[in-house]
Amino acid sequence: MISEATRARFDREVAKYPPEQAQSAVMACLSIVQQEQGFVSTDAEREIAEYLGMAPMAVHEVTTFYNMYNQRPVGKFKLNVCTNLPCQLRDGQKALHYLEGKLGVHMGETTADGLFTLQQSECLGACADAPVMLVNDRHMCSFMSNDKLDQLIEGLKATPEAKDSK
Amino acid sequence: MNANQVLNQFLATGVQTCFHDRHISPQIYAGLNGSNWSLKDYEARGGYQALRKILGKDGSSPDPETGVAGMTQDQVIATVKESALRGRGGAGFPSGLKWSFMPRQFPGQKYLVCNSDEGEPGTCKDRDILMYNPHIVIEGMAIAAFAMGINVGYNYIHGEIFQVYERFEAALEEARAAGYLGNNILGSDYSFQLHAHHGFGAYICGEETALLESLEGKKGQPRFKPPFPASYGLYGKPTTINNTETFAAVPWIIRNGGQAYLECGKPNNGGTKIFSVSGDVERPGNYEIPLGTPFATLLELAGGVRKGRTLKAVIPGGSSSPVLPAHIMMECTMDYDSIAKAGSMLGSGALIVMDDTRCMVESLKRLSYFYMHESCGQCTPCREGTGWLFRLVERIHGGQGKAADMAVLDNVAESIMGRTICALGDAAAMPVRAMIKHFRPEFEHYIEHKTSLVKTAA
Ligand SMILES: NC(=O)C1=CN([C@@H]2O[C@H](COP(=O)(O)OP(=O)(O)OC[C@H]3O[C@@H](n4cnc5c(N)ncnc54)[C@H](O)[C@@H]3O)[C@@H](O)[C@H]2O)C=CC1
Ligand SMILES: Cc1cc2nc3c(=O)[nH]c(=O)nc-3n(C[C@H](O)[C@H](O)[C@H](O)COP(=O)(O)O)c2cc1C
Ligand code: SF4
Ligand code: FES
Repeated sequence: MISEATRARFDREVAKYPPEQAQSAVMACLSIVQQEQGFVSTDAEREIAEYLGMAPMAVHEVTTFYNMYNQRPVGKFKLNVCTNLPCQLRDGQKALHYLEGKLGVHMGETTADGLFTLQQSECLGACADAPVMLVNDRHMCSFMSNDKLDQLIEGLKATPEAKDSK
Repeated sequence: MNANQVLNQFLATGVQTCFHDRHISPQIYAGLNGSNWSLKDYEARGGYQALRKILGKDGSSPDPETGVAGMTQDQVIATVKESALRGRGGAGFPSGLKWSFMPRQFPGQKYLVCNSDEGEPGTCKDRDILMYNPHIVIEGMAIAAFAMGINVGYNYIHGEIFQVYERFEAALEEARAAGYLGNNILGSDYSFQLHAHHGFGAYICGEETALLESLEGKKGQPRFKPPFPASYGLYGKPTTINNTETFAAVPWIIRNGGQAYLECGKPNNGGTKIFSVSGDVERPGNYEIPLGTPFATLLELAGGVRKGRTLKAVIPGGSSSPVLPAHIMMECTMDYDSIAKAGSMLGSGALIVMDDTRCMVESLKRLSYFYMHESCGQCTPCREGTGWLFRLVERIHGGQGKAADMAVLDNVAESIMGRTICALGDAAAMPVRAMIKHFRPEFEHYIEHKTSLVKTAA
């Protein structure tokens, strides 16, 4: 169910567009749902469709087209490491491998404790900051040497959010 | 610490990337330090003076002949034409000319759109503009909207830089509260509403018509051009789209005049340009320098080739532009015409620098994967062709290449070029052809010996 608070966030997005173009807010609404629920479920798509006056399939088309929507639940922390060429030249690939080793998963997988999902990603638009990664769609982490990766992973494991999810 | 606090420790500070004294005559990045992005700081740097000027609200006296204060729409467009400002998004299309295509008298809604979907591998300049100097984009858009008689605009921001989206929204609030946006701006009869919209991970949405589809709440598949957005754009209405950096250049042009802007670059290439330098240099980052500056100077600003190694090649305009070997690159100046003459494109101004330890087969493999991954799938040559290209290069890299593969690669690239709806098809094919043209022996060696010709670094 979409809560009142979520609906208020939706309203703010819809207000940006002409009244007959509410559909323009679909990307924002989907990302809000993802932020609150961790992924975009079929139910959430249906509710957004109803809210925006769209066909549920039209919403689903959007979810599946864009890389950042999680169509399934992911770990508490989704880590996207850029490995595109400019980053690859500055150890982006190595950062990904380092995390694979550290977390004991391959890219695309989630750790057994459900804390981390590790993914390779395409250019994040922060190439001069390589190695660079995006955490939970909203936090760009720059210059991620192995030391910093250790610090990040240990830091996240010790957060209240991590403990809650166990 | 909670998760936000942990993550904020790794936030970029811009220190390395754009707060350095290695720009040459900067206009957009001038005077930034990371904490002076807000409205009052921008005003202290002379911000919103250009908007005041065109609206006749800068205290200057009205034109003695017409009795009108400020500038007319035609005067603004003429100034931008005179400046020789060219689109900073990649194609280098003259901005003043584009603005003059807008059917100003068209009754009904028209739209202005800023393309901040920066996703071309190597490009990270718009992010620093929006994060550290967001008002310059707002002012540039307000001026553009005035010149073209537009009342509503959107800034489409790359989904991956969400913090930048939040920063831009905060700047919009400030500008609205101060009367620089909204109804009757600065007491004039001109109104302009501006909003931010974010993407969510699709490179293709940087292509202007895909961006419009996405802004309409659909999947981002490019439209056929023509019609160009100037006649059929957002919601089917006349629309002008420019890159973030293009808009950011406008306030300076209005304040100082088109001629002055032109003079800081070179003929047909007015002004300064921000170059994102990545890869094998000592100091990756964004460098704002006059168009026409020698490449050698830019390389020096970026600290030279990393670890004192030798320059091998440069991809000069984002990953879609054809690679140039060092000896050609060293002869180039950084402007649209010089790089085009050398057989590549200035593109988005992102230089991917590679030293002599880099294997071109491996590099091309990663690039080809990207285009396969990001093809929207609409056109068969692009959808199938990008997959072919990747698998061929992957096969060569995996030691399974055949002598005939070189011809096949060239052939597949050839059959994509010019046969697709948008330029992504060409963008996938051009790098392949350029790699083969300039580094053919490396590919042949790999096929024959199943290993790289290049001694890679430890
Ligand atoms: N900044 C980035 O992240 C990226 C930039 N690019 C760049 O994008 C470029 C290709 O962009 P396109 O938009 O396909 O180029 P284009 O040449 O089709 O168009 C350039 C601009 O001029 C306008 N235009 C051109 N002819 C027109 C006419 N006759 N009437 C009205 N308007 C007209 C277009 O609407 C567009 O805004 C490439 O050169 C590449 O460098 C590509 C990928 C990413
Ligand atoms: C595949 C593809 C991706 C593009 N990505 C971007 C982009 O991220 N940012 C951008 O400004 N232009 C991008 N462009 C170019 C736009 O289509 C368009 O030419 C540009 O936004 C116009 O603005 P300008 O005239 O100010 O350069 C892309 C083009 C293609 C073909
Ligand atoms: S060229 Fe590729 S990305 Fe562009 S419209 Fe065709 S399939 Fe889509
Ligand atoms: S290539 Fe990695 S952020 Fe651009």
